[in-house]
Amino acid sequence: MGNLWNRKALDVLLENLKKDYDVYAPKRWRGDGCYSDTDTIRYGRIDSFDEIVWNAKSDYSFKEALLPISDTILYFTENATQIPDDKKPRLIFLRACEINALKRLDDIYLNNGPEDYYYKRIREKAKFVLIGCSQSFDSCFCVSMNTNRTENFDAYCHRTKEGDLYLEFSDSALASYTEGIQVPEAVQEIQYVTENEEVVPVPENLPADIAGSQVWKEYAGRCIGCGRCNFVCPTCTCFTMQDIFYKDNENAGERRRVWASCQVDGYTDMAGGISFRKDQGERMRFKVLHKVYNYKNRFGYHMCVGCGRCENVCPEYISYIECLHKLSKIGGNEND
Amino acid sequence: MTNAYVPFLSQIKEIIRHTEIEYTFRMHYEGAVKPGQFFEVSVPKFGEAPISVSGIGEDYVDLTIRKVGKVTNEVFENQEGKSLFMRGPYGNGFQISDYEGKELVIVAGGTGVSPVKGVIDYFGNHPEKVKSMKVIAGFKSPKDILFKDDIKRWEKQMDLTVTVDAAEEPGYRVGLVTKYIPDLTFEQKENVAAIVVGPPIMMKFAVEELKKREICDEQIWISQERKMCCGLGKCGHCRMGDAYICLDGPVFRYTDGKKLVD
Repeated sequence: MGNLWNRKALDVLLENLKKDYDVYAPKRWRGDGCYSDTDTIRYGRIDSFDEIVWNAKSDYSFKEALLPISDTILYFTENATQIPDDKKPRLIFLRACEINALKRLDDIYLNNGPEDYYYKRIREKAKFVLIGCSQSFDSCFCVSMNTNRTENFDAYCHRTKEGDLYLEFSDSALASYTEGIQVPEAVQEIQYVTENEEVVPVPENLPADIAGSQVWKEYAGRCIGCGRCNFVCPTCTCFTMQDIFYKDNENAGERRRVWASCQVDGYTDMAGGISFRKDQGERMRFKVLHKVYNYKNRFGYHMCVGCGRCENVCPEYISYIECLHKLSKIGGNEND
Repeated sequence: MTNAYVPFLSQIKEIIRHTEIEYTFRMHYEGAVKPGQFFEVSVPKFGEAPISVSGIGEDYVDLTIRKVGKVTNEVFENQEGKSLFMRGPYGNGFQISDYEGKELVIVAGGTGVSPVKGVIDYFGNHPEKVKSMKVIAGFKSPKDILFKDDIKRWEKQMDLTVTVDAAEEPGYRVGLVTKYIPDLTFEQKENVAAIVVGPPIMMKFAVEELKKREICDEQIWISQERKMCCGLGKCGHCRMGDAYICLDGPVFRYTDGKKLVD
């Protein structure tokens, strides 16, 4: 059971939530798109429910609400180090595929080697509100990846035809922020996508020598190594450590971790001049096989959640979905 | 909750100068550590670099560092008594028990001698724990030879071959490490354990030579070097196929090591 929230009630709710949470949701950034006069939809802190974009897939995933593009992890002064203060807890609005992506982030940051201090401290306090999907968007293939549903959320919401927000709380702590606000009760189904236009065969039986396949060759010439596919992906987690010092006081500085891309030059460079995967085809192979092969060998399920953002963003129109089709011709498909 | 990214300060006890650009920094360290493991060494405001342990003592670890980048250039600005930031040790390292009682063969090239040096030292000091030990160490030229003082000791302790790729002056064995593998003598091939560490191309050909001698994959260990930003299985740079070199390696038995694709 949930409630129907009108704009006025939502304003009160948001004020209550903002006392303890920074609320993150997909927002429209006017004129910020890759091409002139285009917008971009990405995550940011909201001050009104009106800012949330409900009817489109965000260009960038929810991950930057947990893992900033550049995150200071240490401050230096002479020979002392200091850890940045804890951030305000976050309440994040996201879709089913992204809650599935969250599981992948958890497995890398909490279960692959020792727990990551910075991820854990923001993750532990974060709450998640599932946005129902009334429709499948361009290039979505969550159904193929089995990521169209989830039960791991603290609250659920979708926009009703009348323009209200249907909101249902499963976390009692979060529900307490609604106290005293009068909103009509309602019972509505959770909206999940059950069919996508894109039906993608998942290559489940790739041979061990798939890295040596000819499939990768075509990408050598086509990919320009911009790394956008990694940056929009909700499951890509790579970062590079970066030290800087302040111009006005060279004795003080900070260590940051900054998003990294396995498609961009320098990703494998070691001091002394050795590097690996110089060819873009090899980099495409490294990325794609991680999503649908190597990760599963390690964690038992596929990394890719089928959000299709890499497909949407590529400036060279390289289709990851087409690549999966080619791979499944080589590696069979459990749905066949 | 522990924060593995916070480094500790460690004092430089001693600096051993091997070549113009390669020094061993003997760093104060008390704690469990294995040969083949590595530390992230850092100079605040310049960055971190993964450096393998090249020697282990009761209250120190040796880190042999080549001056080739932003961080290591800065490390070389330090003298004895000064301190560096470190975190670690990371990685699996060499398991000494894998080699006990074996006819141990170690083939190492250049700075690849560092990660395996702890194994050489251990069995050099405990010769009764191996059936035999043969070490082939290769360097580019005489001026690139590392661990000269250790080499003098090793010559007395084991069957040691030091070779250089090329030498202008006489008095040096010349040839790649692979040249000496066909001449190795074994009492029992099944009891051989081989460790190969060095640049990727050297490891490839050294393993091929060993296999020609009917040493099989499970008798061979390699150690991989990759870019390791975090050492904690998070940053992703060191991944090869299913494996994270910083967590699952850097030491691999060749049965697994041969499957790793960059």
